[in-house]
Amino acid sequence: MNIVNFTPLPALTGGLLIGLSVALFFVLNGRMIGISGIASNLLVSKDNRIDNFLFLVGLILGPLIYNLISGKEIIISISNSLILLIIAGAMVGFGTKLSSGCTSGHGISGISRFSLRSIIATITFMLVGILTVLITGTL
Amino acid sequence: MNKIISLFCGIIFGIGLVISEMINPEKVLGFLNIFRDWDPSLAFVMMGALFISTPVFHLFKNKKKPVFSSNFSIPTNKDLDKKLIIGSIFFGAGWGLIGLCPGPAITSIALLNMSSVIFVLSMFTGFYIASKIN
Repeated sequence: MNIVNFTPLPALTGGLLIGLSVALFFVLNGRMIGISGIASNLLVSKDNRIDNFLFLVGLILGPLIYNLISGKEIIISISNSLILLIIAGAMVGFGTKLSSGCTSGHGISGISRFSLRSIIATITFMLVGILTVLITGTL
Repeated sequence: MNKIISLFCGIIFGIGLVISEMINPEKVLGFLNIFRDWDPSLAFVMMGALFISTPVFHLFKNKKKPVFSSNFSIPTNKDLDKKLIIGSIFFGAGWGLIGLCPGPAITSIALLNMSSVIFVLSMFTGFYIASKIN
């Protein structure tokens, strides 16, 4: 194993902001953030529909506001294989809805609550993610 | 007030994903590539987030009510069931294929990247299918 592209400071700074968002949402609105929960409930549930919608609008505004303030361009590198995007997207949607959480819902909010369910879910999806990358050798 | 907070928290979360570069699937795949060239950044993102969210949750969970809402809504399910494990396996595999999970996927729509849009549409289809099974 070699350590590459490690950016501890931006990672920690961004993480603190994500934690702040989770903390504020809990203290002020009383709910624990999980993006898969917010997004899927927007689709299938009437509860908190406007709140959920506005949160997702905020998510999308985030990069635009960052760009406006910092003047920095945001560059991402993502697969352009149509079939892979469709399969992976469906698996992520199906899996997070079935297990009631994703990297934020289980990985951050759930672990914050010391939820055993979330700890087990996080270990499982991380191990399977690692195994998948090992098999596909994407990089 | 709830609505302004929802929008505001979404913005903060989105900016966090940009600054931490978790919006970039290459960065996430670098984290999952632990046996070859490993980029530990994602672990630091989670540590940073938990550093704030954990103490705040435990300080406020026993308060009567949140500031702008009538009650706290905290997940109560404690079942370690098949759905949790099978769902997490599906999620992990999909995550490892592209490097996108729900937060970064939705946030990256801002960049008008066609791949992100396709991924998100497919992800919502997945939400729908799972909600029909439940």
